Amino acid sequence: MEFKDYYQIMGVAREASQDEIKRAYRQLARKYHPDVSKEPDAEARFKEVGESYEVLKDPEKRAAYDQLGSNWKQGQDFRPPPDWNAGFEFSGGFGGGGAADFSDFFSSLFGGAARQRGSGGYKARGEDHHAKILIDLEDAFSGATRAIALRAPQIDPQGRMAVASRTLNVSIPKGIRAGQHIRLAGQGTPGMGGEAAGDLYLEVDFKPHSLYRVDGRDLYLDLPLAPWEAALGATVTTPTPGGNVQVKVPPDAQAGRKLRLKGRGIPGDTPGDLYLVLQVVLPGADSERAREIYLTMARELAFNPRRTLGV
Amino acid sequence: MDEILTGVVVDETGLTLAEFACACGADATWVLELVAEEVLHPAGGGPEGWCFGGRELTRARRFQRLQRDLGANLDAAAVIVELLDEIDRLKGRLRRAGLE
Repeated sequence: MEFKDYYQIMGVAREASQDEIKRAYRQLARKYHPDVSKEPDAEARFKEVGESYEVLKDPEKRAAYDQLGSNWKQGQDFRPPPDWNAGFEFSGGFGGGGAADFSDFFSSLFGGAARQRGSGGYKARGEDHHAKILIDLEDAFSGATRAIALRAPQIDPQGRMAVASRTLNVSIPKGIRAGQHIRLAGQGTPGMGGEAAGDLYLEVDFKPHSLYRVDGRDLYLDLPLAPWEAALGATVTTPTPGGNVQVKVPPDAQAGRKLRLKGRGIPGDTPGDLYLVLQVVLPGADSERAREIYLTMARELAFNPRRTLGV
Repeated sequence: MDEILTGVVVDETGLTLAEFACACGADATWVLELVAEEVLHPAGGGPEGWCFGGRELTRARRFQRLQRDLGANLDAAAVIVELLDEIDRLKGRLRRAGLE
């Protein structure tokens, strides 16, 4: 596994005071907090910072970590020395729910704490877990089964905490919408002392779609029209997630106008609608004949597109 | 690996107070406080009959992260959660207009 240089991640010197570490954490937490950050890798960075702070804020863990010495470099291949933390006693154990996201490196050093917690007839229901999943819009239309890779801490038979990767085949229910949660019973942390395992909550989001924009149950699609289709009205073919359909465009349809196809959005008890946002696309004046037609229109149509501007 | 897991959609079944607290890794007292402060708005009357949906779960977990990671107090976290919701609504309008 890779060595993690917690001082480098936090941007502080090895001899930094606890106050300096706290200040550095607050600044980094504001910068990378996944709820507010615009940084592209905010979530990963925030986890690293959280893990670093978990160790450096705690004088016991920090002292144990410092015992590894200062010769290790960030990212270097690392195996903990045998009994490296003998003589240290971690009173705090894991801090809050955040420990679920910590690295293999962290688990190999401080994972022993879980062992004490798990012994002595301790009984507790397992913790619930949360993960975000990205699915295709099409999955919500017809339902689907998707393989989802997750990393989560697990307690092995020896009672040690280790980060394990696992893949779950999850059935995506038809009609699911962005922001909704799928609850999988018993897929969280196993319980202790015969208690039930926790649940796994998957928060759903859609991958961006090349055609459709999603708003709750409703979908939006830009539908390009030729000028004569928009002006005279026409029956044109449009894609919908359920397949191509014919729609009737009324005469004098201006760009930006929306046509609603009722019930063609995301399915459900109250299915969403599909809105076609009309766009008028001009053919280029790239042939003699095309230029002639435009010139005829210019000559014969009394049309001032800037009338509303008063000019 | 070949087993296919089928879950339930939280918005369809709802979560009881105890389930909701568990999902947040918190105790019921913390949830009661957030409801009293009107950060969370469960459906149903009285803690026994409360039913929490997915939106409440997202809000509560945001609130919790702000408290835990940034040390925000209840009032500050409540304001930030409202602002984040507002940003989500505005982003939704941009998306609908094809601007994002």
